Amino acid sequence: MHLHEYQAKALFNDFAIPTPKSVLISEANQAAAGVKLGGSFWVVKAQVHAGGRGKGGGVILCNSPAEVENACEKLLGTRLITPQTDSKGLPVEKVLVEAGQEILRQIYLSLLIDRKTQKITVLASTEGGVDIEAVAAESPNKIIKFGISPLAKLSVENCNKIADKLQIDKEKFAKILLAMYEIFTRKDANLIEINPLIVAKNGDLIALDGKIELDDNALFRHEDLLALRDISQENEKSAAAANYQLSYISLDGTIGCMVNGAGLAMATMDLISHHGGSAANFLDVGGGTTPERVAKAFELIESEANVKGILVNIFGGIVRCDLIARGILQALEKVGLSLPIVVRLEGTNASEGLALLAKSEFEIHTEKDLTKAAIKIVELTK
Amino acid sequence: MSVLIDENTLVITQGFTGKQGSFHSEQSIAYGTKFVGGVTPNKGGQTHLGLPVFNTVAQAMAETGANASMIYVPPRFAYDSIIEAIEAQMPVIACITEGIAVQDMLKIKAILKGSNSTLIGPNCPGVITPDACKLGIMPGDIHKSGSVGVVSRSGTLTYEAVHQTTQAGLGQSTCIGIGGDPIHGMDFIDCLELFEADQQTESIILVGEIGGSAEEEAAEFIQSNVSKPVVSYIAGLSAPIGKRMGHAGAVISSGAGRALDKIQALEAAGVAIAPSPAKMGETLLELLK
Repeated sequence: MHLHEYQAKALFNDFAIPTPKSVLISEANQAAAGVKLGGSFWVVKAQVHAGGRGKGGGVILCNSPAEVENACEKLLGTRLITPQTDSKGLPVEKVLVEAGQEILRQIYLSLLIDRKTQKITVLASTEGGVDIEAVAAESPNKIIKFGISPLAKLSVENCNKIADKLQIDKEKFAKILLAMYEIFTRKDANLIEINPLIVAKNGDLIALDGKIELDDNALFRHEDLLALRDISQENEKSAAAANYQLSYISLDGTIGCMVNGAGLAMATMDLISHHGGSAANFLDVGGGTTPERVAKAFELIESEANVKGILVNIFGGIVRCDLIARGILQALEKVGLSLPIVVRLEGTNASEGLALLAKSEFEIHTEKDLTKAAIKIVELTK
Repeated sequence: MSVLIDENTLVITQGFTGKQGSFHSEQSIAYGTKFVGGVTPNKGGQTHLGLPVFNTVAQAMAETGANASMIYVPPRFAYDSIIEAIEAQMPVIACITEGIAVQDMLKIKAILKGSNSTLIGPNCPGVITPDACKLGIMPGDIHKSGSVGVVSRSGTLTYEAVHQTTQAGLGQSTCIGIGGDPIHGMDFIDCLELFEADQQTESIILVGEIGGSAEEEAAEFIQSNVSKPVVSYIAGLSAPIGKRMGHAGAVISSGAGRALDKIQALEAAGVAIAPSPAKMGETLLELLK
């Protein structure tokens, strides 16, 4: 689960990480409250669950109260498209107005889970405020990396070593990094990033931006954090699918897919593309494929305007293919069938399942061979 | 021979009396696995599926001599169940449970390091040695005892690989589903090491997917340590960047974890790449000619 910048910064403040003075605004006519923060300039930032906001025009520097109001008006109620969103962008329902900061230096600082070393890892760099992946690619020597043993804790000594390399105030830095580590472990984060962490004119360290990604699998022990979920930032269909234990992601292609198993679902997309088509979605209906879930899956697929045909690919294991075929038929009776459909069943009782589908009232192309099924649906949707 | 489990392996289930645990224990027994009982806290002394229930893994091992366990407890209890099995020195642990918190897995991995246990999973179908022992949720009847070692991050893609190698007449020595989570027990290299040393295994199918760099590391290992023919299929060539494709570990982040990089690394290590998920068996047959 992603948090908004303003939510991340509220958590930072709870753990005594300094952030700029700010006001959260959801109506442009509240912009005056932002101006009251004082100072001579302000920054208005769109609150969306995506990086690259600056490049997408979602971060506006303002030099007068009128500019603050204009910026709020410009952003609120629109959709922001950034290099990290799809072409539809994300809705801007809130903006954060912050007092501008005089910056001496910009540091990059994050905590994440390194899959390779299997440790919570500190990443830091003197090159903050820019795309850290570009820094990593161009000058990897400028990235400081430090892994923390899962059975130990981050120590002040280790914070000091990192501060030395960053040439930054040790005491202030350790306070911030230890607080980040506390949040990371106590709230089950997957990522906490401050980019940039600035050295202000008076020497203070301030988190100018804040990004937190939480582990969905751990939310059961953090009911307080569940309240921070913003469904408006999630894909409507993925969220609806999740209520039926379906894993669904919209894509740009024309062939709707329904598959059991995440790996096979991805492989099915690849196979369609291998044979010259393109998938309209990723959809894993899971192991216990019930008629209700299959019906919901068909509804989701058919609700996408770009879908021209459907490929069902099921490898029946513990759940027999004849039961799955009955599920498909029950679902089609409920939601109807307006598009060409190819069903590939393989595994336990596959022949019985395919026979049931073939003699049904619906025009279903049945196939046991995966390659032939993919070629067929690509043909039917050309 | 096979790897990890064979016809003499004595199996228990943790979460034995639950719905999932009961169903898959029954399936495993029906497959011919030497099943000796199970664990459900506070139900020790009862009988379930005609077999004894124990309160703890240690008790179950002491009473039955069990040397492999499969875990079906809900995610919030999985950490405790895995740790309990490790502390009891259970040799082989397969955790089927999906949805364990990543930081729990980090601790489990660190504790596993100095232990006498091998963990398969979590979020995996488990391990099977055909016609001998089924430690997991895979459909038994698509398997056939034979010469191919299968290792995979995905459940249903393992079944595809199994089905295709059965159709090709090759059969499988042992099939290991290492799971779709970012942090998991056995990795590709652990499995490749076992398959390389196993006499029954004559060739290997490695099924990978986007996310992380386990396939690249496997490629490096294969280059200098594996003499047996290896075929690989990598899922996710058409997956978009930044979206988690079902599995917690299947996400391309900031240019890392792409399918194409994995395929190129494996090819450079002499691995034959199956061009589609339907061609794993065919590609292997071609390679063995």
